[in-house]
Amino acid sequence: MKQVVAIIKPFKLDDVRESLSEIGVQGLTVSEVKGFGRQKGHTELYRGAEYVVDFLPKLKLEVAVDDPLVEQVIEAIVKGANTGKIGDGKIFVYPLEHVVRIRTSETGPDAL
Amino acid sequence: MESQIFQLQYAMDTFYFLVCGALVMWMAAGFSMLEAGLVRAKNTTEILTKNVMLFAIACTAYLVVGYDIMYGGGIFLDGIAGGDTLVEDALAASAEAGFDGGSVYSAASDFFFQVVFVATAMSIVSGAVAERMKLTAFAFFAVVMTAFIYPMEGAWTWGGASVFGMYSLGDDFGFLDFAGSGIVHMAGAAAALAGVMLLGARKGKYGENGEVKPIPGANLPLATLGTFILWMGWFGFNGGSVLKLGDMASANAVAMVFLNTNAAAAGGVIAALFMAKMMFGKADLTMILNGALAGLVAITAGPDTPTPLAATLIGAAGGALVVLSILFMDKIKIDDPVGAISVHGVVGLWGLLAVPLTNSDASFTGQLVGAATIFVWVFVTSFIVWAILKMVMGIRVSEEEEYEGVDISECGIEAYPEFTDR
Repeated sequence: MKQVVAIIKPFKLDDVRESLSEIGVQGLTVSEVKGFGRQKGHTELYRGAEYVVDFLPKLKLEVAVDDPLVEQVIEAIVKGANTGKIGDGKIFVYPLEHVVRIRTSETGPDAL
Repeated sequence: MESQIFQLQYAMDTFYFLVCGALVMWMAAGFSMLEAGLVRAKNTTEILTKNVMLFAIACTAYLVVGYDIMYGGGIFLDGIAGGDTLVEDALAASAEAGFDGGSVYSAASDFFFQVVFVATAMSIVSGAVAERMKLTAFAFFAVVMTAFIYPMEGAWTWGGASVFGMYSLGDDFGFLDFAGSGIVHMAGAAAALAGVMLLGARKGKYGENGEVKPIPGANLPLATLGTFILWMGWFGFNGGSVLKLGDMASANAVAMVFLNTNAAAAGGVIAALFMAKMMFGKADLTMILNGALAGLVAITAGPDTPTPLAATLIGAAGGALVVLSILFMDKIKIDDPVGAISVHGVVGLWGLLAVPLTNSDASFTGQLVGAATIFVWVFVTSFIVWAILKMVMGIRVSEEEEYEGVDISECGIEAYPEFTDR
């Protein structure tokens, strides 16, 4: 099993959720986060003077999937979140040791 | 029958005065919201407190001595009630003048209309010194400003008194300031400028190499609401300054003043929008709001004589000027969080100088002498008062208090306890 973590642009959330549903992903966790990458924040303007906002609002997605699905999930997120412009985000994949469904106490891939 | 018509005219003029006074009073709400919107969240309660407090101080100080200095009427207004023959006297005067006479209205309504102008002048100061001044120092200054500094220059202009017996602005120079571009707005800005010079910029506003670091306001919806409230109140400010509604000529003048006041504000918005878009590439809302107010300030010295198109252009020039002025003030490190010195001072001066363009009774020389008299008087006396306050009690909060926000140090209440964003 793998945990896929993706940082995406907030306005692409609906597209990513749709492309993930299409390949049968059952669950998804989203949190609002702030950060920057090579894009290094952006500038805003107030009364004629520019200032830099270092940390931009992003969304962090967490998806736990069984191994055969990982490549498809990555593809789906890329398809949904890609705009071709700087600041589109990143995807990280971690090994996932153990999963428990709290309601039924099922474990492993069955619990996904 | 004639007596009844005169009574009706008197009642109408008085009523008009009172309603306009109430509209101007509402400008206190406009200033409060505008200033609350353009400061940071941590200084909101204090700026609101200051605005309520200064309004009450202005009303009381003007009642005690201010009105007497400016127009006579006795300390504590004990002379304005009129004698036993008040009604007969007013009717006789009306009969003598026919319907074309001067303004006839209750003396109490005159006080009410005048007092809200004092509060407006004082409101201008509060925005410029926002986020770093001690509340008590501001309160002391408000007393002196509204009881003495403003009434003195008001006496020389609208009161018709001579300037320390040396010259008369009205008789010698034909100085004209219809509703107070100079007398109210530039005066408030002059007091604010003196205060800001002694107070210094907000911490973190200017970098070591002179670069400007913006400190964005917390709530632009509030700032916009405040601007619209001021815009509305201005109809009372300028419209009421016709002083009379009860005959056809006056009614036409009032309508023209309303029209021109509105046109100038619109011109100011468009010009400021255009300037901001050209210079920064973006439609900077705060500049546009300042542009609306600049248009209003610009037309205030003479809303009665321009054509609607001229009024729009006078307002537009004010709106363009205010954007340049705000940038310039930042260059010379005069930190004015809401742009009050630019809006009311620089554009107030423009308003005075624009009067001779459409009114042949005024001259550039006369307007300049009047502007200089008001500015020098208010600036110098304010500077002295601020300096004394600075020596005696200090006018600025400590660095730590400024960082924590003056809401906590001066008022002990946060405006948004659940969302304070420092």
